[in-house]
Amino acid sequence: MKFTKFFAFSIAFALSSTNARGADEFKVGLVLDRGGRDDKSFNAAAFRGANQAQMQLHLNLKTVEAADDNAYETLLRSMAQKDFDLIIGVGVAQQEAIKKVSAQFPKKHFVIVDAEVKAPNVKSLMFKEHEGSYLVGAIAAMSSKSGKIGFVGGMSIPLIKRFELGYEAGAKSVNPNIAVLKNYVGMTSEAWNNPPKAKEIAMQQYQGGADVIFAAAGASSSGVFDAAEDKKKYAIGVDSNQNWIKPGLILTSMMKRLDVAIFQACQSALTGSFKGGTENFGLSNNGIDYALDEFNEKLISPDMKKKIESIKEAIIAGKIKVPDYYKQKG
Amino acid sequence: MNRGRLLEILRPLVAVVIGLSLGLLVTLVAGENPIHVLSVLLKSAFGSRYDFGMTLYYATPLIFTGLSVAVAFHAGLFNIGAEGQLTLGALAAAVLGASFAGTPSWIAPILATLAAFLIGGIWGAIPGWLRAKRGSHEVINTIMLNFIAGGIASYLTLYWFRNLETQNPETRPIGPGFAISQWAFFGGAPVSWAFALALLTALAVWVFLWKTVPGYELRAVGQSEGAARVARIDPAKVRILAMAIAGGLAGLVGVGEVLGGAGKFKLGFSPDYGFIGIAVALLGRNRPVGVVAAAILFGALHKGTADLDLETEHVTRDISLVLQALVILCVSAEGLFHLRWLRKKRAAQ
Repeated sequence: MKFTKFFAFSIAFALSSTNARGADEFKVGLVLDRGGRDDKSFNAAAFRGANQAQMQLHLNLKTVEAADDNAYETLLRSMAQKDFDLIIGVGVAQQEAIKKVSAQFPKKHFVIVDAEVKAPNVKSLMFKEHEGSYLVGAIAAMSSKSGKIGFVGGMSIPLIKRFELGYEAGAKSVNPNIAVLKNYVGMTSEAWNNPPKAKEIAMQQYQGGADVIFAAAGASSSGVFDAAEDKKKYAIGVDSNQNWIKPGLILTSMMKRLDVAIFQACQSALTGSFKGGTENFGLSNNGIDYALDEFNEKLISPDMKKKIESIKEAIIAGKIKVPDYYKQKG
Repeated sequence: MNRGRLLEILRPLVAVVIGLSLGLLVTLVAGENPIHVLSVLLKSAFGSRYDFGMTLYYATPLIFTGLSVAVAFHAGLFNIGAEGQLTLGALAAAVLGASFAGTPSWIAPILATLAAFLIGGIWGAIPGWLRAKRGSHEVINTIMLNFIAGGIASYLTLYWFRNLETQNPETRPIGPGFAISQWAFFGGAPVSWAFALALLTALAVWVFLWKTVPGYELRAVGQSEGAARVARIDPAKVRILAMAIAGGLAGLVGVGEVLGGAGKFKLGFSPDYGFIGIAVALLGRNRPVGVVAAAILFGALHKGTADLDLETEHVTRDISLVLQALVILCVSAEGLFHLRWLRKKRAAQ
């Protein structure tokens, strides 16, 4: 740990001497969601992006996790009061806190992920989760032999409903008769961090005949992967590329490229081109994608891959209209 | 002040110092200078008006839950159900505030406060009644009722009173008349009149326990049920009353959280206030003044440790939780030791 840090610093130092503005002095604060930086999923993706920015842009990064839901605002405010230049809040739970603190510190720059805050100094990063979910839904249906697939969500909130709706539509586009079992881990923010409960639910779905389960539950997803290993059935990862967690059992991962989005946000803030407003990430700009690597190449046949790519292109071209839970409501 | 009394005040303080030292030792192992950690702790708990305000904001619910546990203790009961009682109390205040949003501000906060006390009180009275009439142990029942309260709160929040404007699981905002003003002195920290209410409540609990007949009866049952019976006190009635009051006190947490803070009920808002309240009561020796002091100490600790992650290189959220837990552990161990010592002394008499 110390060594890597030293290494990173020495590289940063060597490179920063060529940089006109002392980027080392540019401070970025990252406030993670309750799952924490080791959730291998949502927060891990955010952390990766910020870390990459620290390495390549040589900025000064501080990452913190909140102890309770009241602490977000305190942490954000402490950062704003100090000399942080860019403050990033990860997850919908920080929407209100970012709204409040960004109004109190109009000269600081803020970023919020997964929620929209309309203020000139706040950039909202939104992802088209439904597009990626449609894609992995199609993959699930192609791989399923039982004609039954599962979905394990974290909390039953609109954001995760958006995953669910896209997933089901994608699966039905391949096999109109497919049955989708749907369950949620919990009702409080603890649901993102409860692998045993997620495992229990996944075991039930596998026992009920599902042979592929899409886990959209943050750190809880690891419970679904454990169940997949026990039952020797397939699972689909979420947010980060999770194929490596159980090689050969994770069909693919629906990647939400928080890392790319956050890296870009850091870059724009560093170069002074930061603008408030909403930025959308989807299949078309690689903000959303499905994961294909050495861990799942045997699970995705060339024939399947061709089909998946054609679906992806059709979504980007607008030929396939993926149902969006956010728009359905309004 | 005699020597025994002095010792009684000194010992919990020593326990805090030991716990804090152990915690700082952990940060040393983690690669941090303990003196720096301590200074960060102090600065982030008391360093500015805002920081001190946050300390008081965290202390407010702990005063209520500490008093709740203390009142039950005096009746010889162990209330582990403050978490469930405060959940339903806060929910009651929020539901009332959202459902009758037009209520004028001269009466609305009072009504919501009463609702929080009443619903928390009912939730506390249930295990009191079960203990008094059925003899089932209140420790088990209060723990179980915590889960039921959590379930009820989730259900009502998500299916009946959900705030559709956000993704977060919370109830619709309360009407403007219900909001109690925050003190501007603390620079934006959500310290409100709820803190004053907490202090007043502590005073009221002291008057009740030591200056009224029901309070005397309550303590009599707690000290010796047999003797109380001889004095024609009905232990069953006293136990139900004690648990109802304990529940109501815990329910008042909703005043600070809902009326003075968030303006709505958020699922999972409490970082275990109900359980930390047990340590607060133990440290405060079940005396209202002690509870207030202990609550402020724990509030400071909560606020201080929350910022360690930001202010230091190596102390993560997990290590700051360990630090906090070590202090609570030492205080509780010392408190339990004290209880045993009291019992032995009583047995010897």
